[in-house]
Amino acid sequence: MEVARHWRLKKQRYAMTGEVCPHCQSKIFPPRDICPDCGEDARDLYQFSGHGEVYSFTTVYDAPAGFEAGAPYTLALIKLDEGPMVTAQLTDLDSRGIEIGMPVEMVTRKLRSDGERGMLVYGYKFRPLLAAAA
Amino acid sequence: MTPPSRNPTNADIVIAGLGMTPVGEHWNLSLRELALQAITAALEDAAGLRPNILYVANMLSPMLSGQTQLGALIADFSGMRGVEAVTVEAAGASGGAAMRQAELAIASGSADLALVVGVEKMTDRVSSDVESALSTASDVDYEAVQGATRTAQAALLMRRYLHEHEAPTDALAGFGLIAHANAVANPLAMFRKAISPEAYAKAPMLSEPVTIFDAAPNADGAAAVLLARRGVFPENPDRPTVGILGSAVATAAPALHDHDDPLTLTAAARAAETAFQRSGLSTEDVDFFELHDFFSVYAAMALEACGFASRGTGWKLAQDGKGSRDSELPILTFGGSKARGDAGGATGVYQIAEAALQLQGRAGEAQVAGARIGMTQCVGGSGGTCATHLLGVLEVD
Repeated sequence: MEVARHWRLKKQRYAMTGEVCPHCQSKIFPPRDICPDCGEDARDLYQFSGHGEVYSFTTVYDAPAGFEAGAPYTLALIKLDEGPMVTAQLTDLDSRGIEIGMPVEMVTRKLRSDGERGMLVYGYKFRPLLAAAA
Repeated sequence: MTPPSRNPTNADIVIAGLGMTPVGEHWNLSLRELALQAITAALEDAAGLRPNILYVANMLSPMLSGQTQLGALIADFSGMRGVEAVTVEAAGASGGAAMRQAELAIASGSADLALVVGVEKMTDRVSSDVESALSTASDVDYEAVQGATRTAQAALLMRRYLHEHEAPTDALAGFGLIAHANAVANPLAMFRKAISPEAYAKAPMLSEPVTIFDAAPNADGAAAVLLARRGVFPENPDRPTVGILGSAVATAAPALHDHDDPLTLTAAARAAETAFQRSGLSTEDVDFFELHDFFSVYAAMALEACGFASRGTGWKLAQDGKGSRDSELPILTFGGSKARGDAGGATGVYQIAEAALQLQGRAGEAQVAGARIGMTQCVGGSGGTCATHLLGVLEVD
């Protein structure tokens, strides 16, 4: 079930809470406490905006266990405006095609399900930036 | 920039024997039986030498076979009950990493004969189980939880590679074509049939832009190599002695998104640089390169990381006849992961066994004429671990 494992990550999954390095100002997501850029301690929390652009994308047809219900789905690497990159699904895609460089924003969606009696895991996905918000 | 080359007559560790099973769907053989076949062949090849220590390279047994403690299991099953034995796991780099551990065991003085067996059993399970197991080599909390698979991550890299380097859509086709053409000469290969550029263009899509001809098949197989301290045991007078000239393992972030430049295999670059330093060799000395083509884009990135090509041009080393067995830098001489088949944690051991056959002049129809120095490299996950080896023919003392 791994309830505690997913509970521990709720701030990252639901709110994209990361860290900022007090020494070199690098923004860090996911949080890792040691700055990957300068190697110093970095434990100051930082709230990411959830905005970024598509670095690359693909479609998953042969889904792993727990993801079959959502297949096929679009997986992407998103370059966040603050610098770091994240792996996430794209969602709310209408007829518009996806392109590298396309602006996207974070939303909260169901990530995976472990059968009828298993737990549902929620977290961030990204959708094309809405025109009104752009 | 490149250090001066030396004649590689010195190596403290030599290859005393090797053995491999066919790669494929072995529904009639268990994990331990596969390992035993490779070990038996390697020990016969070594004229009866027995190891002091055993390293088992394996990636997925805990998940796909529900079996841990392979060191004891395989030592016991192969008639070596009591010997020191452990498993080495570094995802797809397990084989090369286990070889490195065996070399360190000999270099430390604690063993004169170290046996490495790489073994993997993939085909007992359905593909969604295998994809799930393979995705555990990613950063599970931040990649696998998003539904990222190894195939999808290769697709993310391949799309970006073609986009950023403004390469044609079939730029990476050459790797699959070379692998399949070379596997025809390998009796142990899974697919012994050449493919045409037309077939590549029409191949079924797995995850755009990755097609079945960009992706290596997950397979069962085992390979074993017995390493010996040089000078302690008589060398086989019927074949050239092949030694480990240099080796290195390096790591990088296991998560693709944590790389400053996902298109650069930094662990491969580090491992290759260190192995070259330790051997005193450079790229110009390498007669052939068994790289890890588990997806075609990683083959191109490996050539770039190891210094054979500049960033964005690795794919050109598999174009216009380059990369074939009679070219300047032959790659995938026994078919690579694409056509020999990718037996997970055994891959690095297959590569080293194949390189040794080339250098010993025992490669049969797959022989690269005049090969004196060979390089191997295997990759774990999307580049989190890389293990690089340089092997060479040693001169008689």
